[in-house]
Amino acid sequence: MALPAYAGWGERLWYYTFRFICFLIFLFLIAPILIVLPLSFNAEPYFSFTPGMLSGDPEAYSLRWYKDILINGMANPEAQTGWWTDVWNNAQWVRSMRNSFFIGVIATIIATTLGTIAAVGLSRAEMPYKKTIMAFLISPMIVPLVITAAGTFRAFSEFGLAYTHIGVILAHAVLGIPFVIITVTATLVGFDNSLVQASYSLGATPVRTFFKVQMPLILPGVISGALFAFVVSFDEVVVVLALGSVEQRTIPRQMFSGIREQISPTILAVATILVIISIALLATLELIRRRGERLRGLSPS
Amino acid sequence: MADTANVEIDDKLLKKRLDKALFKNRSRAFLLVLPLLLFLLVAFIGPILYFLSHGFIDKTFAALMPQTTEALSEWDAVSDPTEEMFAAVVADMVVARKNKTIGRVATRVNRDKPGTRSLFTSSARKAAKLEAPFSESLPAVKKDWNDIEVWQAMKTASRQYTLGYYAAALDMKVNADGSFERQDEKRRIHMTLLLRTMQISFLVTVFCLALGYPVAYLLATLPARTSNLLLILVLLPFWTSILVRTTAWIAMLQAQGVVNDLLVFFGMTPDDARFSLIYNKTGTLIAMTHILLPFMVLPLYSVMKGIPPSYVRAAKSLGANNWTAFWRVYAPQTIPGIGAGALLVFIVAIGYYITPALVGGQDGTMISNIIDDHMRKSLNWNLAAALGGVLMVIVMVLYYVYDRIVGIDNMKLG
Amino acid sequence: MKRVTTVLAAGLAAAIGTVNAADTITIVSWGGAYTKSQVEAYHKPWIAQTGNFVVSEDYNGGLAEVKAQVDAGNVKWDLVDVELSDAVRGCDEGLLEEMDISALPDGDDGTPAAEDFLPGTYTDCAIGTIVWSTIYAYDASKMDSAPATIADFFDVDTFPGKRGIRKNPKANLEMALMADGVPAAEVYEVLGTEEGVERAFAKMDSIKDHVVWWEAGAQPPQLLADGEVVMTTAYNGRIFNAVASEDKPFEIVWDGQVWDLDLWVMPKGAPNKEAAMDFVKFSTDTKRLAAQASWISYGPVRKSSAPLVGSFHNKPDLDMGPQMPTAANNMKNALQNDFEFWADNQDQLNEQFNAWLAK
Repeated sequence: MALPAYAGWGERLWYYTFRFICFLIFLFLIAPILIVLPLSFNAEPYFSFTPGMLSGDPEAYSLRWYKDILINGMANPEAQTGWWTDVWNNAQWVRSMRNSFFIGVIATIIATTLGTIAAVGLSRAEMPYKKTIMAFLISPMIVPLVITAAGTFRAFSEFGLAYTHIGVILAHAVLGIPFVIITVTATLVGFDNSLVQASYSLGATPVRTFFKVQMPLILPGVISGALFAFVVSFDEVVVVLALGSVEQRTIPRQMFSGIREQISPTILAVATILVIISIALLATLELIRRRGERLRGLSPS
Repeated sequence: MADTANVEIDDKLLKKRLDKALFKNRSRAFLLVLPLLLFLLVAFIGPILYFLSHGFIDKTFAALMPQTTEALSEWDAVSDPTEEMFAAVVADMVVARKNKTIGRVATRVNRDKPGTRSLFTSSARKAAKLEAPFSESLPAVKKDWNDIEVWQAMKTASRQYTLGYYAAALDMKVNADGSFERQDEKRRIHMTLLLRTMQISFLVTVFCLALGYPVAYLLATLPARTSNLLLILVLLPFWTSILVRTTAWIAMLQAQGVVNDLLVFFGMTPDDARFSLIYNKTGTLIAMTHILLPFMVLPLYSVMKGIPPSYVRAAKSLGANNWTAFWRVYAPQTIPGIGAGALLVFIVAIGYYITPALVGGQDGTMISNIIDDHMRKSLNWNLAAALGGVLMVIVMVLYYVYDRIVGIDNMKLG
Repeated sequence: MKRVTTVLAAGLAAAIGTVNAADTITIVSWGGAYTKSQVEAYHKPWIAQTGNFVVSEDYNGGLAEVKAQVDAGNVKWDLVDVELSDAVRGCDEGLLEEMDISALPDGDDGTPAAEDFLPGTYTDCAIGTIVWSTIYAYDASKMDSAPATIADFFDVDTFPGKRGIRKNPKANLEMALMADGVPAAEVYEVLGTEEGVERAFAKMDSIKDHVVWWEAGAQPPQLLADGEVVMTTAYNGRIFNAVASEDKPFEIVWDGQVWDLDLWVMPKGAPNKEAAMDFVKFSTDTKRLAAQASWISYGPVRKSSAPLVGSFHNKPDLDMGPQMPTAANNMKNALQNDFEFWADNQDQLNEQFNAWLAK
């Protein structure tokens, strides 16, 4: 949309105004996320910039909230020896971090395995009631989380699964499934089925064909689906609020009560770490996307 | 002649074989999906249906006060309570007191007749010592037992299958004779919240469209290398935790926050009259728009990317100015993207919970928040289920519309 | 693949094998400065003495989570710090274990526990710890003139600016009535009538547009410090702590305070009953209760603790006695929260309060 040389002044004006509007919208999108970074180094216990911070006084900045992430909940923060087992076992944020990863990884494995197999079935031409089943499989993304949380809590209670890791994992696997289905079926749309026929005609079994022919080609879709499923679990708080107790407390759950109960810049420090994690995930996803396009013979865009 | 017959037989055989092969293929495809279907049935659909059933079914009173329920079933809800009914209540209360379930009974009846909790808990303490005739000894403990409304409330509570909670979800109430009536004005709340939820979702959708359209247009018209870079600015918020983004908005919008500081700095507002931008509807609208904006940009972008630039060029070469070319030729082609984005944003917004709960204050909370309130504060699961049912119907209708207009299989992520 | 399995196994082991050496009990309280006072006065000495461990969790009051856990048959909490009305209600609904007062140690002066505790500070299912109060406080550095009565809180003409109020009818309706001229002794009588409730809401209406609602006890001092509000209702100990530990220029107005008790309760089916009961015995003895009062300005419920209450833990010249809700100077116009009234009317008033909020 480069501005042609013959553009009149009105067109020029509009061109730059439009760019400026878009700049403001991008600012709206990104500024709140970036603002968290400097604020997390605040030496004062506030969510706002202090005069010292603005004038660049190094005294106004500190790492105390990052230190607090490790210390909060420790049995004996002053101990000289063995403090790291204390951090690992007792520090609240570290425990939440462990829970988040544990629950996220298992839920992702369940969602990705079931989701990928189902997506392969769904993209077969012979699949009956395709549209209905698809609508059904995507529904966990659509149903309001409060209802999902209430439903799983009530039902899981009956089987002693409320307030257990298994309960939270199952619910998170459910929430991740639509994302796996969407990404994997999207990759399968461009899949050349004659490759499978060729594999069969060369004497490969269906299982071997799946792992040797289909899998490598849909792998980028599977991985990005898995990443999505992981992020969904990693970010989820409503279900954890209902189904989890202190032992299942995840990072978002801890942040939720932090914002509601003990407002401290520690939350901003955690937020900063999470932003860095999401940048890493996003970069991974982008790499996978490019690789996928190369594999399928498209030039990466 | 024989030849033709053979061909015919072969035809039939072939068809049969083909059918068999097709059936085999279809079942094979279905078998691949089956494990996931079963998983969702057990871990998702079943639980939700079970939860929603609480909106119609409430067995608390009937289970804990069985004799009373029996006695009340024959009562016409108008005439004076009989001795038999009094005796049943006393007998049930003795048991409920022993099992420590009297509090649950009291809570249940209290929903239909507020202020009766202590009538049950204190009467139950003395119930074991009462003697016949109970129609005299029970009111001697608390004279409220002579109030027919207490008995009517018990009769209402004793119904195991009830429309009462759905009525309450729509700000109505059921009388003892089974008729419906609007709730007292000062207790009406759910319709207000439902309408507000609709209003907030609608506004968020409009804002997302207003902000998302220019961005998507820019992305679609820029060279691929630049647009991919800018796309990251859209995707980064998408991949950042909702909690992080909500926290960020609190830091931005609070009275001593960045936005107000800037406004004061530029002299747009005096220091002692800073704007209230958060813990109210404004805060909810801003934060939700930010969170849902990528849901609008991504479908719009993917539709716009598919529109060949030659169309607009052709329109211009035929004499249309920029304005006409855009509105008459380009914009109509983006309607599928608008529909997909708007519906998706609206559907997600209507069931939103976290952001309104954290920054909504008093006028920025939504229907999900009141459902949660009934689940976790007033402990009225039945009403929560009824409200959930209402919300679910709205969402499912929208989902159906989305499927018809956009198609579920066209949903894309990034 | 092998690496993945190792990582997984480590994750599993980490998730399952958390501290099994001694008993770990989960204690749930109101967070912030209050939980800190309990950690310092109760948890740490108890951990040091028994070798057990305490996981501390925060909540915002109410029985919902206890009920959910009991109903789910999977109780995770061992002890919960609750208000009196919830202790009574929870007992009635069979959500709580019974706790016997006679199992508690005698007071330091030899008085049996049942007599050493102030009247009404324990029930069949709950053992009291402290007297606390809902008061209102203001930032003295931001006010031209000092508010002095409960009526001033509701007077936005004389004292302009935002108010912080707990998002809950409890204590607010009482304060509104007192501000409207109802004597403390008649508040619940008036509130028991429909007109009384209307009157309270009408008074609340007069400041509704100026209110910032809070839910957690840690929020009000934060709201004052951030300048979000000029006055806020709060739990008195939170304001005291902001003044004592962070030198905030906050002042408490005791006129029209609504005081209440906090008690330990044990959810039915608590996982570590014995250790939890041991903790209750430990934390409610004469010395521990007095020790807590050196961390936060909440009054101990044992008579024998009162003489031991000294000064703030790191400020020897800051005498705690006058900071207590029960100090004679602070009790001039005070109201005790009526647990029976709230047990009876909580649901209905909550509903009405929510409807009023949404209007």
